Amino acid sequence: MINITIDGRPLTLEKPINLLEAAKLVDVKIPHLCYAECLSVFAGCRLCIVEIEGRNKIETSCSVLARDGMVVHTNTERLRALRRDLLDLLISNHPKDCLTCDKVGSCELQELCYEYGVKTPSYIGAQTHFTIDDMNPIMIRDQDKCIKCGKCVRVCNEIQVTGTYDFAGRGFESTVTTAFDQPINKDICRMCGQCISMCPTGALQNKQLVGHRPWELKKVRTTCPFCGTGCNFDLNVDVKNNKVVGVTPCEDAPINGTELCVKGRFHTDFISSEERLTTPMIRKDGELQPASWEEALSYTAKRMAEIKAEHGADSITALSSARCTNEDNYVLQKFMRAVIGTNSIDHCART
Amino acid sequence: MTKTKITREELDFLRESMKPELDALLAEREDLTKKNGEYVLAGEFYEKQTRIALRNFNIIDPESLDEYIARDGYLALEKAIFDKTPAGIIDEMKAANLRGRGGAGFPAGRKWETAAREDNDVKYMICNADEGDPGAYMDRSIMEGDPHSVLEGMAIGGYAIGSNQGFIYIRAEYPRAVKMLEHAIAEAEERGLLGDNILGSDFSFHIELRLGSGAFVCGEATALMESIEGKRGMPRPKIYRTSVRGLWGKPTIVNNVETYANVPAIIRKGADWFTSIGTQDSAGTKVFALVGKVKNSGLVEVPMGTTINEIVFDIGGGLPDGHTAKAVQTGGPSGGCIPAELFDTKIDFGSLAEIGSIMGSGGMVVMDETDCMVDIARFFLEFTVDESCGKCVPCREGTKRMLEMIERITEGKAELEDLDRITSLADTISTTSLCGLGQTASTPVVSTMHYFFDEYQAHVVDKKCPALHCKELITFFIEDDCIGCTRCARECPVNCISGEVKGLHVIDQHACIKCGNCHDVCPVDCITIS
Repeated sequence: MINITIDGRPLTLEKPINLLEAAKLVDVKIPHLCYAECLSVFAGCRLCIVEIEGRNKIETSCSVLARDGMVVHTNTERLRALRRDLLDLLISNHPKDCLTCDKVGSCELQELCYEYGVKTPSYIGAQTHFTIDDMNPIMIRDQDKCIKCGKCVRVCNEIQVTGTYDFAGRGFESTVTTAFDQPINKDICRMCGQCISMCPTGALQNKQLVGHRPWELKKVRTTCPFCGTGCNFDLNVDVKNNKVVGVTPCEDAPINGTELCVKGRFHTDFISSEERLTTPMIRKDGELQPASWEEALSYTAKRMAEIKAEHGADSITALSSARCTNEDNYVLQKFMRAVIGTNSIDHCART
Repeated sequence: MTKTKITREELDFLRESMKPELDALLAEREDLTKKNGEYVLAGEFYEKQTRIALRNFNIIDPESLDEYIARDGYLALEKAIFDKTPAGIIDEMKAANLRGRGGAGFPAGRKWETAAREDNDVKYMICNADEGDPGAYMDRSIMEGDPHSVLEGMAIGGYAIGSNQGFIYIRAEYPRAVKMLEHAIAEAEERGLLGDNILGSDFSFHIELRLGSGAFVCGEATALMESIEGKRGMPRPKIYRTSVRGLWGKPTIVNNVETYANVPAIIRKGADWFTSIGTQDSAGTKVFALVGKVKNSGLVEVPMGTTINEIVFDIGGGLPDGHTAKAVQTGGPSGGCIPAELFDTKIDFGSLAEIGSIMGSGGMVVMDETDCMVDIARFFLEFTVDESCGKCVPCREGTKRMLEMIERITEGKAELEDLDRITSLADTISTTSLCGLGQTASTPVVSTMHYFFDEYQAHVVDKKCPALHCKELITFFIEDDCIGCTRCARECPVNCISGEVKGLHVIDQHACIKCGNCHDVCPVDCITIS
């Protein structure tokens, strides 16, 4: 057992976890920009610094494992002053277009600057400038806003295992970029959008959500309809016109956490699609015509009974869909076996 | 003797038979002299030195294993494998108090002990040969002049901690050192002094080279390991010690070239002998690359505790052309400037830290009154800004902002409050940076501000550079003594000097780029800088 104290709050741990995670257990929030529980420890932003009694050095809580007897302070005046200076340095090389940035309201850098009272950068000097990359269908990549936290690099390497990004260059000139600095394209990227969810600033933005202010979006938790995995995410509903405009992942999703595939993350645009079928259709006089559910169900039941009587149960087959839930799929096969009387049933994912 | 794998007895025989041969060879050389029965380099520059890591440098042929053996080479490895236990070696190393010569000074014996304690089938020995400090070339000389001493030191370490694999991470800019090491490894393997079953024993140890691609930060142990692992050379947080989980997550020892070169001598002659040299805080010797404004520049190996005065004046012969010493800079871009009034400071890890500098890997740059200390700080900081990997915020953004502030000082555009700003930024950078590069990046600035604050003040308040070095703050002026030879006008790259032949010449101050050409070519020294 490991007994530690964080900001005066005692905590007992069974195994040595890092201090940043340990602090969460006693509701102590340590600021950070480059840490994510699902990714390897980077320790680049240096904001999660803490003081540990008995140690001379100030250390980052993401990279120190809890040891029995540790007494940790996370919010002393010295730490706050250092964090303020670090944030000051970060925004000294960051565009000052928060007024029109689409990330405003959900930007972690902005949040921390607000919390620490960093209004304008006090360091004046060179700025790095890059061309905005928006030649792909899913995201706008604005490297001017990149704070080099490396989360996109790690999520792409460690979770998506694609390796689209890496660091290039050195020091102040270092960047996070793609191989040969090419724009994001389908040859080097799966367009899964995992990096967008990880980005703490406006460097990587979901094109679907651009133009929508975060406070004008109502988040509605749902289960993804695209397959049976059961991923959860938040539908972002524009309250002005009650339309789903995009998706944001939610950390507390029990199945998937913040992970989503390209379909789940980007293809909820079918909800408001003009091509979407919204009523049953019955072919009459050679043309598909809208029908009521009652009419459609009666017609289908009638035709199935006729076909079964005339040609036998095995002349009917059913193909089920991966987009249905397990329960739907179960009911369909039960219906085919028990009601129609055939084993002729298949599923699109059985290839 | 044929080059087949040899046993202990055969090595002993070879050593004894080679000794007279080498002695005869060395006796003919005029640059050598005998001291305590051993040939050493002759001359005033070498007389006051004590050479342990450099004992074979410029004496033996680095491509001859036989000559190394004749100078008691591989005797320590032989003793280690056959007469000592791994624990015994570690005890000897701890007693010798050999502190890491790469700069930080962590005791090698303690490091080895931690790795030896780890229960793991795979462990690694790494030699950090990514020497990159400007003006420092100690490790390069050892590898080029005595490569086997490094290999032997690594093999002894491997035996002590239970490792069978070593890597030498060497910068590709050292092609001769690479060649010498490759040759030495091949020759040692042929003879059975490296590789499987060394000298017929159960101990096997292989060494491979890994070439760095020019990043200074790869001299930092964790960045070095990332690089060996095939990743971008960026430091990683030390959640575990390297000696517990290092290269590929295995217990790993990273020591520097000079540290390893000391190991065979310690095992051969014992810890008591080693601790009899140097100070209690820092045993043994340290190699310095003495450069800058000094008459005799070169590699200097002296016992720890030698004063700066002794190195600069007794060995280095003082400053040339009647210049006076102003400071020495030790420790490269991570180190500080020590003013002349502190030249009686003893050089050891503790004493240097006390006066705001570091031992570093051994660069020692002598500066005179014509060197502007603000500009020196700017030079080293510029180096760090270029070499920062860009991973952590304080080093990536902070050093850049600090450099910009220092540049404003050298251009006469700074205010007094900027100096406070620099001090507080230096604190942020050194406190919060991820690795040693960032943690020490502001040392050149902090130490020069501490010892030469008046120079900073002169730049900021009076907008003057006392050393007449900072271009933005000086003007060139032609005095009335001008003989009108026109040489200055002809040498001026921007044609800003006008005047008739045999008439007084005048510099157009607005067009002048302060290159100093006119000053250098004037035959009557009538061009003054103010």
